[in-house]
Amino acid sequence: MSNTLKLIALGLIALFSAMAMNYARDTAYLVHATIILLVSGGLFLFTLRRTGEPMPANPQNEYFDSVVRAGVIATVFWGVVGFLVGTFIAFQLAFPQLNFEWLNGHGNFGRMRPLHTSAVIFAFGGNALIATSFFVVQRTSAARLWGGNLAWFVFWGYQLFIVLAATGYLLGATQSREYAEPEWHVDLWLTIVWVAYLAVFLGTIMKRKEPHIYVANWFYLSFIVTVAMLHVVNNISIPISIWGSRSVQVMSGVQDAMTQWWYGHNAVGFFLTAGFLGMMYYFIPKQAERPVFSYKLSIIHFWALIFIYIWAGPHHLHYTALPDWATTLGMVFSIALWMPSWGGMINGLMTLSGAWDKLRTDPVIRMMVISVGFYGMSTFEGPMMSIRSVNSLSHYTDWTIGHVHSGALGWNGMITFGALYFLVPVLWKRERLYSLQMVSWHFWLATIGIVLYAASMWVTGIMEGLMWREVDANGFLVNSFADTVAAKHPMYVVRGLGGVMYLTGGLIMAYNLWMTVKRAPAKESLATVVPAE
Amino acid sequence: MEIYTLLREFADSWMLLALFAFFVGVVVWVFRPGSSKTYRDTADIPFRHDDKPATDKEART
Repeated sequence: MSNTLKLIALGLIALFSAMAMNYARDTAYLVHATIILLVSGGLFLFTLRRTGEPMPANPQNEYFDSVVRAGVIATVFWGVVGFLVGTFIAFQLAFPQLNFEWLNGHGNFGRMRPLHTSAVIFAFGGNALIATSFFVVQRTSAARLWGGNLAWFVFWGYQLFIVLAATGYLLGATQSREYAEPEWHVDLWLTIVWVAYLAVFLGTIMKRKEPHIYVANWFYLSFIVTVAMLHVVNNISIPISIWGSRSVQVMSGVQDAMTQWWYGHNAVGFFLTAGFLGMMYYFIPKQAERPVFSYKLSIIHFWALIFIYIWAGPHHLHYTALPDWATTLGMVFSIALWMPSWGGMINGLMTLSGAWDKLRTDPVIRMMVISVGFYGMSTFEGPMMSIRSVNSLSHYTDWTIGHVHSGALGWNGMITFGALYFLVPVLWKRERLYSLQMVSWHFWLATIGIVLYAASMWVTGIMEGLMWREVDANGFLVNSFADTVAAKHPMYVVRGLGGVMYLTGGLIMAYNLWMTVKRAPAKESLATVVPAE
Repeated sequence: MEIYTLLREFADSWMLLALFAFFVGVVVWVFRPGSSKTYRDTADIPFRHDDKPATDKEART
């Protein structure tokens, strides 16, 4: 019965996308319609062939780990892709010749940059969040994921979103909203996937066998709920045609700008902070083999963080048409964020108290600790940059890019690597990782890469900020814009090298994890062999 | 009164008070007597049920 409904729905989608291909008004829409036709047609055949066959049971006495395994593979894959694109565009800035003539309109910096940001934030970070949240919510609720194969829909639906977004950027379908570039049809698809994600997560929490909801789940849940809200409000737009990818935003002017940065800053706050704090609160205790330093502090950390973060967005709009009271509000709340951020950092770091010796022997925990260190550093830098007078120097300069990367490469990247090194042996039932020495190599390559990146961006950012505001005795500006671009060249090369090191670390990790699955000794299990799911 | 002014006034007063009171309430609640024991048990959740879900018999209330 359900298969019949599925077949009807898939058939209708395939028919609609075939019509969309015929009527398509732009290339990006045409390509997207083709992709959806292929996917829905393939799924139609797949479902048809399975109709009437006995369905494999969903054993409630086992965790649903196959989807987590797929998520781990996707995380590593998109991570390497995202780092690679990032390194390439870093060199495009240093050497503009890399904006090849034959790639013009598709492979130049302007098209590649959103590909990089979305690949690392949404593809790498998003897959890491979905995979770890599915892992953590099962273990801490002592229950199998709710909703049967709905988790597979979330996983594959999210990959489809990534592919649609990425191809759209390269072909020019963008609504030009930072971190929310995908056009209306892709946004609609993500909304459906996200609601399914929320249902799986909440359903699992509701059937939990523990009386208390562990703090990591609070962070994951706030991430899912808030991102849903941000995504819907920031993408209220009216398509120009149902057969084309262009749309018009409903809000305009400063309201539109404020909505965008309310979204943009809380994407940082809830996607890249709250979600990853969920990871921190599970994987650091697990790897350190001791409970979190203070559970009371973790509760206060949670409520303080979500109550304050949501107001910090206006600091992106200093010296604009946004009223002063609003930017001051954003600035004050950004500074207040110091407290929950550092409270959380202390909680993560102090979890190791009494086990600091592990830092010497276990490169995985070293990775997690340095990620929390970078979290503390970038959450110190961020509020400082949100102060209006500092912002007048830092805004629009490379300092901002350096700040973002110390958070993204340092905090998000390193905690994800730590979680992956923890997860792969557990998920594939291996005794240990293939090589701890490779983890050490990854650790140092990534750390030095971040230091090169952040330091060169501080130098070039402050330099160009000072050059832009320099006036001579008669009050004329001293430097032209091109002067600052020329002066930044050496730092851009250093930044690119930092990216190469970070990318190399990522490749070493991919190899190490691959060999862990292939070569590392299998874990001796007391129970009988668990059937493959 | 136009809707902006109305919402603005509400946000500035009662909503602000409500959110602040909720937050203070959370902090007070966290330090309630007997919470340390509860939270010590809660903080140990990651170290239970590593390999498979709890059966109905094992479920804790």
